[in-house]
Amino acid sequence: MDRFSKNKQRRTAMKKLLLMIFILGFATATYAQEKGSVLVKNGTVITIANGDMENTDVLIRDGVITEIGKNLDAPRGVQTVDATGKYVMPGIIDAHSHIAGVDINEATNPVTAEVTMEESVDPNDINIYWALAGGVTSIHLMHGSANVIGGQNETLKLRYGSSMEEMRFEGAPRTIKFALGENPTRVHGQGYGVQPRTRMGVEQVVRDHFDAAIDYQRNREAYLQAKAAYDKNQRGTPPVPVAKNLRMEVLSDIIDGEVWVHCHSYRADEILMLMRVFKDYGIENFTFQHANEAFKIAPELRKNGARTSIFADWWAYKFEVYYSTAYNASILNANGVNNSINSDSGELIRHLNHEAAKTVHYGGTSKQDALKMITLNPAIQLGVDDKVGTIEEGKHGDIAIWNGHPLSIYSICEQTYVDGKKYFDRAEDADDMRLEVNPEENYDETYTRWYESGKEEDSCLRGAEILFDSEGMSINGGTE
Amino acid sequence: MNNLRFVQTMMKRLSKIFMSCLLCFLITDGVQAQITEKPGFGKFAITNATLHTVTNGTIENGIVLINGEKIEFVGKNAKITADYQQINAEGKHVYPGFMDSGTILGLQEVGAVAVTNDQAELGDYNPHVRAFTAINPSSVSIPVTRVNGVTHVISLPVSGRIAGKGALIDLFGYSPDSMAVQPNAALHLTLPASQQRGWWDDRSDKEVKEAYEKSMKELNEFWKKAEFYNKMMTAYEQNPKGKKQPDKDEKMDAMREVVTGDIPVIITADKKQEILDAIEWTKERSDARFILAGVEEGWRVAEEIADAGLPCLVSTLYTPERDFDNYQRPYQNPGKLHEAGVKVAIATGESENVRNAPYHAGYAATYGLGVEEAVKALTINPAEIFGVSDRLGSLEEGKQANLFISDGDPFEPMTTIEQVFIRGYKIPMVSRHTQLYEEYLNRDAVKN
Repeated sequence: MDRFSKNKQRRTAMKKLLLMIFILGFATATYAQEKGSVLVKNGTVITIANGDMENTDVLIRDGVITEIGKNLDAPRGVQTVDATGKYVMPGIIDAHSHIAGVDINEATNPVTAEVTMEESVDPNDINIYWALAGGVTSIHLMHGSANVIGGQNETLKLRYGSSMEEMRFEGAPRTIKFALGENPTRVHGQGYGVQPRTRMGVEQVVRDHFDAAIDYQRNREAYLQAKAAYDKNQRGTPPVPVAKNLRMEVLSDIIDGEVWVHCHSYRADEILMLMRVFKDYGIENFTFQHANEAFKIAPELRKNGARTSIFADWWAYKFEVYYSTAYNASILNANGVNNSINSDSGELIRHLNHEAAKTVHYGGTSKQDALKMITLNPAIQLGVDDKVGTIEEGKHGDIAIWNGHPLSIYSICEQTYVDGKKYFDRAEDADDMRLEVNPEENYDETYTRWYESGKEEDSCLRGAEILFDSEGMSINGGTE
Repeated sequence: MNNLRFVQTMMKRLSKIFMSCLLCFLITDGVQAQITEKPGFGKFAITNATLHTVTNGTIENGIVLINGEKIEFVGKNAKITADYQQINAEGKHVYPGFMDSGTILGLQEVGAVAVTNDQAELGDYNPHVRAFTAINPSSVSIPVTRVNGVTHVISLPVSGRIAGKGALIDLFGYSPDSMAVQPNAALHLTLPASQQRGWWDDRSDKEVKEAYEKSMKELNEFWKKAEFYNKMMTAYEQNPKGKKQPDKDEKMDAMREVVTGDIPVIITADKKQEILDAIEWTKERSDARFILAGVEEGWRVAEEIADAGLPCLVSTLYTPERDFDNYQRPYQNPGKLHEAGVKVAIATGESENVRNAPYHAGYAATYGLGVEEAVKALTINPAEIFGVSDRLGSLEEGKQANLFISDGDPFEPMTTIEQVFIRGYKIPMVSRHTQLYEEYLNRDAVKN
């Protein structure tokens, strides 16, 4: 069968499918993702997987990259974008973000594995649009760092203005936030007078809870088996119930490798501690977040298969990051550690390309590796590298088009696509890009919300981590 | 190519350190090796470079001669005698040292550790408090900053209504005295807010208005008193005969050079109304000199700022002040102010990351200001704003030798700053960050 008839067949099938979806859409409230098709012509394609390809076209059909090559023809109905003289790169992935988060930090207990960011997503947060304007297509929406074992995170696609359901990155593995060092010891030890007050205590909180989870799982399974036998045979006495415990279930899932760990950490010693603990419990899939002192133990990280996700140059904002170096990324990279550059900030997320460029400045990381640190590497850390992070046939149509090389400060992101659908176009960019406007808000008095709606009241952050004084707001020690 | 060159220089540096360690070990067994490199000082000739003079255009294949603390020559043809240490900068660029016009560098060491924070004194009116006193010449952030090409900064106290006086300092020296270009560079003032400060400010409109009026009255009375005090003191000083000497008041005394306009007042104002309030307030005080800082919504009232003749200290890397604003406004703000006729200078407001000042300027350049003006915003503009353009801000004969050599455009994050000079001192290109890099890159390598 030639390509044309194949396409034709596909198109007919597509039409039928679309019609069905259309009808279904009216009948039920489905969460069908919006996917788009586009042919990006004649750009320099930074594939990440296979080097840079000049004068190359990228065809995205129904949300998936179907063809990369020269002189491709646009299938009927597919819009063409001329990228002559421009650069096409995979959408940037931020492995540490809090934008689009409604509530962030369940700072009420040293262990809160049961809570999740899954239901704490605001698809209308203006920060999503600002991130898209910086070429970002996916984020790891993380729980805060007040607790040793915090809540579960959620990997999102920046489908601005969709719904909580549609924001989720389907097929991404579950992840959870851990936190070591100053934040949990300050919030719980210093703040509430409960363990941990020290890095010694942090280790024991983790071990105690893993032990409890193993016991729980064994007892719970024994009970369920005994109950099943009793229900079946109706003989003897019914077994003593072991109540279902969501916190323990999630901890068990961590030990079983079903939930990947992303651990807020700074100092080399605490990172080594957690790697020893993980070895004892057989936990293998983990990424150290921030990890300002990771460079000191790069060989150990490499040996344990640990990954790191760090700031390009943030340091000295608290004591545990005082002995830092902006050469961290280059040292980790040279030692073979999978490393990404993250933002943890609604400001930095807008220019992660330049944050990555700093790894070239500090230690001479290659341009290719610098770009990997904001595309493929974070994709690996989030377990979505089979779907995004490079421009390859079969991967999602998540791309950004730049008017120059993305590592240059003079380059501007012009368009950003998620699943082949355009979510940002500088040429169509209006002043007010908000989607949800509160009618009671005084238009002229609307200020930026660093932490979106819902933070004013009922927020754990308020009073605990954010200080209000005559100068306004300051975040003490950066608990997120 | 940049990478390669950088790796090569790093390798050279590493091998140099390795060799000197080895030599120390062999020759001076038992004597501690000198761990800090000393700066060079004397006569230097930088040759074959592209000179970005800022005030006199660009000179290809140019020569810069440094003699002592000063720039001795800038141009194409000069006789270089044997006593000059030559630096062949072929293919390289020379820029005047960059200046960050608003920082807390040297005042804050570790943000979250309160005992290392000296930028905010208690009390609302502290004109007598000086950054100069508390600047720590040994701050680890200072070498980290200067190796990126930022050679001098304004370091400011930041609290209350009148926070105190900022100092203009060179980022090299062993005492505030040796670092200070201007010990009292400017007074830092924040006007009372006539509106809620943000979403966290839950005061009612009435409460805001009352607080505003009360604070305004307080400030105006303080200023009036200072003007009166100055007149009284001046009158006495000019003709003390037969007069009773007035009692000295520390705060009022500190205000004298302010009310007369001998040193400028930096007013921090970000939102539109704050800026308009500031313009209104400064109009009534024509004897004094004023500078606006922050000015995040300057683009909204650029014409008004230009008409008032107020220079602005701005940055670019922040999110828009209001959710409904275009995402590019922070990047465009310096360009839009310049277009209206406002003189702009870059001020990051940072401590440990003042080193990113060139990137703030880079964004401004990309989004409307242009490269030439953006370079000025880090060099001659702030020098003029703070009245030191006879000493700093450009590559000119007779000026203080604050400059750097780079292998490319200093706004590009991928560019390497290869050598920095401050007050004629050839600064060792090391900082905690480079030292940790050298120690840990090949951590387990051993000497044999």
